[in-house]
Amino acid sequence: MSALPPYASPLQRTWYYSFRVICGLIFFFLIFPILVILPLSFNAQDFFTFTKEMLALNPDGYSFKHYEDFFTNPDWQQALTNSVMIAPVATLLATSFGTVAAVGLSQSHVPYKPAIMAVLISPMIVPLIISAAGMYFFYSRIGLQGTYWGVVLAHAALGTPFVIITVTATLVGFDRSLVRASASLGANPVTTFFKVQMPLIVPGVVSGALFAFITSFDEVVVVLFLGSAGQKTLPWQMFTGLREQISPTILAVASLMVAISIILLTVLEMLRRRSERLRGLSPG
Amino acid sequence: MSDTTAGQVLTTKDGKPLKAALARALRREKLRSLALIAPLLIFVLLTFVAPILDMLFRSVENSIVEDTLPRTVVALRVWDPKSGEVPDEEVFAALYGDLLVAVEEKKHTRLGSRLNYEESGISSLFRKTGRRVNRMDEAAPFKEQFIDADDKWGDVGTWQVLRQFAPPYTDGYFLSAFDAQRTSDGIEMKPEDERIYMLLFGRTLFLSIVITVSCLLLGYPIAFLLAALPLRTSNLLMILVLLPFWTSLLVRTSAWKVLLQQQGVINDFLVWTGLISDASRLVMINNQTGTIIAMTHILLPFMILPLYSVMKTISPTYVRAAKSLGANDWTAFWRVYFPQSVPGIGAGAVLVFILSIGYYITPELVGGTSGIFISNRIAYHISSSLNWGLAAALGTLLLVAVMVLFVVYDKIVGIDNVKLG
Repeated sequence: MSALPPYASPLQRTWYYSFRVICGLIFFFLIFPILVILPLSFNAQDFFTFTKEMLALNPDGYSFKHYEDFFTNPDWQQALTNSVMIAPVATLLATSFGTVAAVGLSQSHVPYKPAIMAVLISPMIVPLIISAAGMYFFYSRIGLQGTYWGVVLAHAALGTPFVIITVTATLVGFDRSLVRASASLGANPVTTFFKVQMPLIVPGVVSGALFAFITSFDEVVVVLFLGSAGQKTLPWQMFTGLREQISPTILAVASLMVAISIILLTVLEMLRRRSERLRGLSPG
Repeated sequence: MSDTTAGQVLTTKDGKPLKAALARALRREKLRSLALIAPLLIFVLLTFVAPILDMLFRSVENSIVEDTLPRTVVALRVWDPKSGEVPDEEVFAALYGDLLVAVEEKKHTRLGSRLNYEESGISSLFRKTGRRVNRMDEAAPFKEQFIDADDKWGDVGTWQVLRQFAPPYTDGYFLSAFDAQRTSDGIEMKPEDERIYMLLFGRTLFLSIVITVSCLLLGYPIAFLLAALPLRTSNLLMILVLLPFWTSLLVRTSAWKVLLQQQGVINDFLVWTGLISDASRLVMINNQTGTIIAMTHILLPFMILPLYSVMKTISPTYVRAAKSLGANDWTAFWRVYFPQSVPGIGAGAVLVFILSIGYYITPELVGGTSGIFISNRIAYHISSSLNWGLAAALGTLLLVAVMVLFVVYDKIVGIDNVKLG
């Protein structure tokens, strides 16, 4: 597949190029919807399609008015504040509980490991609507429904499986004799954890934290049921915007969120390269 | 170790049997790992597992009748629902006593709306009677006064419903979720035109299968190409897969809403090229087409990533060997390469299917009425119709389906082998 041999028949040649065209079209399908909203968010009109001025690349067709609306509209600002208040706290909870548990899970003798693993991974498997329904019923019994902490706890629970998975993955390559060496040199387990183990598993912890963050930052189903108007997050505001009075400000918000995804993706890729280099898996 | 003879117990330096000392060390290690896991385990059990169990419990729980009308429930036990006659004065007297308390605590309307799910009209019956009950004459027989307040009290059907839902647990919600109902002759299906949940479950399954198949058709060539290209190129192209994967679900849904609208980019483009006329713009949103297109796009990375990781491990020498033995390109692919990629297809397909049958946001926004899933109905019962029991029963059924699929996924991939990014 990788290269066309010189003796290829015309049929093989045709297939080789048409296969690449097909793949190109699928890549286009994947990326086009995300790219198309970027220019549309600069539309000077309140339309969701390209105007004549935009197609003619006339500067009058473009403006920052939807971005201005996002940064001045109190609804959107409140939503942004709420998102920024909820996601980091949920991430912190998920990452700290998750990292400690992953260290425990990677020990050699863990009783009932499959059952424990199934429980810990379950928030990722159960469909969000069911988690949301269950949490809504249960949290309203104990008075957490419609509160800030209710949403934070729910989001933290949803984020923990990602931390468990990424941190256990880095711990697989962890050399246990380092812990014994550290203990033999007189370090207590806490010092060993922070001085020896932690620096080595940091990439896994960071990428787990990023997953937990994006889970909370993007989450809409659970917050829709658990939150009250005071916890209206950015995705919730987008959801209501899309369902009711669809305004082009959504496209500006969407473009900003694409920018956030690109940053996250870059950080993750750098982490992956770093850990591959450390393990000597990658040539570069 | 010449001094160790048969029958002599090995000991540690301080004289303890070695076996016991080892067992103790092992136990200590187990306890330490459990102590590390415990905080998260307790956290997840409290914030996540308990809510799910609560939902399962709610799907059968039915204590409201007994709580609101305790004396009536006891009095009704001796009444034979098949007798065809309204219960006697004793039951009505008990009902009077119960309703007096219930009206005082304003609980009778809640009971009315609960029983209204089973038979319409009971809600208004309770509200109407609630207004009258304080003015009833305690000396005169209650039966006539109740029937006078609302003649539904003289209807055997009302009492049958009351009697049937008196026990603290009910299978009524599950029967409704299966479009069935309990009549005096036992369980039977609801009339054809009232069967909505089985239709919705069927549609959810059907659309999920369509989405899984289209993800597979689009994902397989991409994964194949990525696995075949040199690492440098494939890492670059991988960004095109990972960027959508990392982009917010709502961003992608809004993008499709913008693209698929009748005044949207795709229709404008088709009109501009002259493929369709301005009057006959395609309807691609608020129907099943919208759901299928948007969800295929959203779930495609979940198909490509597992496929890619399996295809990466298929050695190219097998295909070369097949060709050197005389197989043409197609035979080499179909008989040698494809069978080795089947585990990836299994993993990706089950993952996409699990994710898709529980989807809520995208069908809600682009599905209209014909493209919605069972989860949209669950959400409707939680927030609009407030029939929480039915929502819980539907949720339980969906959860069972997902669990079964997950066991399949675990068999194919293994829960420990889930990889991210």
